[in-house]
Amino acid sequence: MKEGRIIRVSGPLVVAEGMKGSRMYDVVYVSDKKLMGEIIELKGEIASIQVYEETGGIGVGEPVYPTGAPLSVELGPGLIESIYDGVQRPLDKIREMAGDFITRGIHIPGLDREKKWKFSPKVKEGEAVEPGDILGVVQETVLVEHRILVPPGIKGKVVDISEGEYTVEDVVCRIDTGAGVEEIKMLQKWPVRIPRPYVKKLAPEIPMFTGQRIIDTFFPVSKGGTACIPGPFGSGKTVTQHQLAKWSDAEIIVYIGCGERGNEMTDVLIEFPELVDPKSGEPLMKRTVLIANTSNMPVAAREASVYTGITIAEYFRDMGYSVALMADSTSRWAEAMREISGRLEEMPGEEGYPAYLGSRVASFYERAGRVVCLGKEQREGSLSVIGAVSPPGGDLSDPVVQATLRVVKVFWSLEARLAYARHFPAINWLTSYSLYTDNVKDYMLTNVAEDFYDIQGQAMKLLEQEAELEEIVRLVGLEALSMKDQLVLLVARMIREDFLHQNAFHEVDTYTSIKKQYIMLKNIIHFYEESLHAIEKGAGVSELSGLPVLERIARMKFVPEDRMDEIESIRDEITKEISSLQGVNV
Amino acid sequence: MKVEYRTVNDIAGPLMLVEEVEAVKYGELVEIILPDGSKRNGQVLEVHHDRALIQVFEGTQGIDIPETKVVFRGKGIELSLSPDILGRVFNGLGEPIDGGPEIIPVVKRDINGAPINPYAREYPNEFIQTGISAIDGLNPLVRGQKLPFFSGSGLPHNRLAAQVARQAKVLGKEEKFAVVFGAMGITFEEANFFMEDFRRTGALERVVMFLNLANDPAIERIATPRTALTAAEYLAFDLEMHVLVILTDMTNYCEALREISAARKEVPGRRGYPGYLYTDLATIYERAGRIKGKKGSITLIPVLTMPEDDKTHPIPDLTGYITEGQIIFSRSLHRKKVSPPIDVLPSLSRLKDKGIGKGKTREDHADLYNQLYAAYARGKEAEELSVILGEAALSDMDKLYLEFSRKFEERYITQGEYEDRSIEDTLNLGWELLSMFPRTELKRIREEYLNKYYEKFKKGER
Repeated sequence: MKEGRIIRVSGPLVVAEGMKGSRMYDVVYVSDKKLMGEIIELKGEIASIQVYEETGGIGVGEPVYPTGAPLSVELGPGLIESIYDGVQRPLDKIREMAGDFITRGIHIPGLDREKKWKFSPKVKEGEAVEPGDILGVVQETVLVEHRILVPPGIKGKVVDISEGEYTVEDVVCRIDTGAGVEEIKMLQKWPVRIPRPYVKKLAPEIPMFTGQRIIDTFFPVSKGGTACIPGPFGSGKTVTQHQLAKWSDAEIIVYIGCGERGNEMTDVLIEFPELVDPKSGEPLMKRTVLIANTSNMPVAAREASVYTGITIAEYFRDMGYSVALMADSTSRWAEAMREISGRLEEMPGEEGYPAYLGSRVASFYERAGRVVCLGKEQREGSLSVIGAVSPPGGDLSDPVVQATLRVVKVFWSLEARLAYARHFPAINWLTSYSLYTDNVKDYMLTNVAEDFYDIQGQAMKLLEQEAELEEIVRLVGLEALSMKDQLVLLVARMIREDFLHQNAFHEVDTYTSIKKQYIMLKNIIHFYEESLHAIEKGAGVSELSGLPVLERIARMKFVPEDRMDEIESIRDEITKEISSLQGVNV
Repeated sequence: MKVEYRTVNDIAGPLMLVEEVEAVKYGELVEIILPDGSKRNGQVLEVHHDRALIQVFEGTQGIDIPETKVVFRGKGIELSLSPDILGRVFNGLGEPIDGGPEIIPVVKRDINGAPINPYAREYPNEFIQTGISAIDGLNPLVRGQKLPFFSGSGLPHNRLAAQVARQAKVLGKEEKFAVVFGAMGITFEEANFFMEDFRRTGALERVVMFLNLANDPAIERIATPRTALTAAEYLAFDLEMHVLVILTDMTNYCEALREISAARKEVPGRRGYPGYLYTDLATIYERAGRIKGKKGSITLIPVLTMPEDDKTHPIPDLTGYITEGQIIFSRSLHRKKVSPPIDVLPSLSRLKDKGIGKGKTREDHADLYNQLYAAYARGKEAEELSVILGEAALSDMDKLYLEFSRKFEERYITQGEYEDRSIEDTLNLGWELLSMFPRTELKRIREEYLNKYYEKFKKGER
């Protein structure tokens, strides 16, 4: 293909002529500095290119080199524990090469070419294989067995395959497709803007436990589900995303820092290798892939970063894993689209965002799901997507929030008011919702407790009553309420402070198993029911609120998981203390 | 020999279009020679075929079409740097304006800098004691953090910024320390206040000032924070100093950016600010930080006045999304003579959790501020309620919270402009105030700390 010539430079947008033969979304290299870019508009032989690096110093007349290939990611062993920029360049290697600051025109492949991996075949010579079949495995980290799959589009008989130490570029297997012999390497490439294929989608029926009480008990997300966390700054979006990345029971985590703070990524890099997965006892980093395109890095690469991340996530899903992807924040991705769209002088939609914002957001979230993967085995894999949204001023009418809410099934509404009172996670329990509650019902009833939804429903009812009663208190004062209503306020406060409030920085409180969540909530509801009887028999709320057991309830969250019986025993104490109140005889 | 173009075509607002140019680069520095021989600086904003769009930093007044000459310098805007910049005063483009000699450069750096590789960052976790309780106790500042002051016109943000610059220290350490001060569109009086304060405390020789005052060219403000941060990067990462950067007032910077955007007829985002305001601000704020293996650090305090005290205005809003927290000033506290009038509830320091605790401040710090926040928030709620229903309608516990929140404002937040409280004093003051509650109310504090501190201060009260 012929090289083109730059005719215009405007920020991250470069326009070049003489680009005959180029296709939309092909990667090009701009100028002799070899800055990476992607074609986003074609008019005759003139191509508009979004450039993933700073364009300062680039001028008219400089060359543009087409590559003829779309923007792709490299897939294979070596992904886990990596930290990439938005176009899958490893940041640790960039630092070795270019120093502490990111300079331009650096080209480093996403996967290490030198490192050898121990490959163990899972098929024999002569065996018939089809796309998605597992050819062999590589133990990538203690937690992740990397499964090498037959790439989509290749079908036939295995000619030869053998165990051994290979680099990602070595041929590990040859397949006779009938039309010739295909050489299979561990390294595979996939264009980021095209979803990877699967057999079919399944209903998301298994909850993804996150160890966060308000989420697991009230607004669960399922494996293969989608969720969004909109909120103003300072309301704890990032901390919530970090908590999910840390404690979700997914097998692989892909975390995209999209246009956010550099120090937050550093925080992840420091913390994840130290934190231990509650199930396996291994460092969380050993199941994590990080994509970091911080806010000061070039804006076009930010646009690409979410696609890079989700393609890597889909790749692991195809191996049959449950994958969770966190994107923080999708607003920055949308802003990158807006900036490029503005430079292209497209007709703007709402607030300057391009008219195709909604469809881009929808097709991104639609790449989530629980699926039957390609391959004879009929493996099941899932990809959950959780996106943070940063609406200006916390205003939920923002186009990005609205476009997101149209597609996602879980809405965790973060509120500044709660954050100011340091009620974290600052998820509003009245406005948030999860449409997966029904989907996961069977699972919860069989695996957690039969009365799980009775307890949970009762707690939610109390919270709703509290909101109504507060209105009344604001008008006429607390004294005007009946004893029963005062009890509702007392118990609702307990639910808020002793259950919903969760300290992400406390070593025990940061993670609560669903079992413990259930017992905790059950205790509070038990207190409510016993108190209700006591009130009927003449007890006062002030007596009830003075019971010493309340302090034990308040400290349930700090009791470690292995001392669950300690929490269980509180229930008897509640009964005992209430029945010993004067004048009450339960 | 550089080519001089006399092909200026359009001049509109701060922008100028030059035609028939060759080999012009995006972002290049431009020298403009006016008919009267005076010189101005500009920067290429866009190149399209043989046309270059230039923003003129010092304004376009006096530029004409036939006579004005334009020279493209073949490089971006660079700042001359050497250890001699300490104690000097420059304009927004980095030219000395204190009558001293030109800086003989050890290095020259592009003022746009380059993004720090997130992998090379060191997590900021060294507590800086500012001696101000509302900051140290509740929203601690750490080295390498970017913590803006969200203020309003007429509030004492500059005084507080000066107090921080004066008192900031890292406990138990004696290290090379410098202040870089970038002024954008503030008045002479305000700039002079800082200068006098630095002079009086003998800090002047470790301060570098970049001044773009209210009557200086507005477009020069686009460059001012960048020159200031380029100087800070040199001091921090080449000379291994701990640098505190104060940028005031970012609102003026954003307005200059809006002016350029409007002149270019770009599709505006909210309130006429360009859609890329977030990205643009991020390239400034994200230059704060620490780097692995380097001793120095850049701590950034941008000051901005919120138009109509509105936190959702695009400037504070986008700033808040980039910076690691915010210190918010409140007009109602200012009226109540609470000084400094820091509204602690919406204020936040995101990096506090790693910068405090045992070995850094004290083991009870995190639980203590959580409890203070929760109690103050409840006290404020009670106050609202009492406005409607009268204090008598409050429950006994709410009355206690109300009393707490009053005392908290009077004794904890309020402090003198020259009062330098140690972190120990700040923490003890917190316990002293909390000891008015029964122990069961202090749910956010771990048992062991209650045993250690609560009992002590409870007795102290009796």
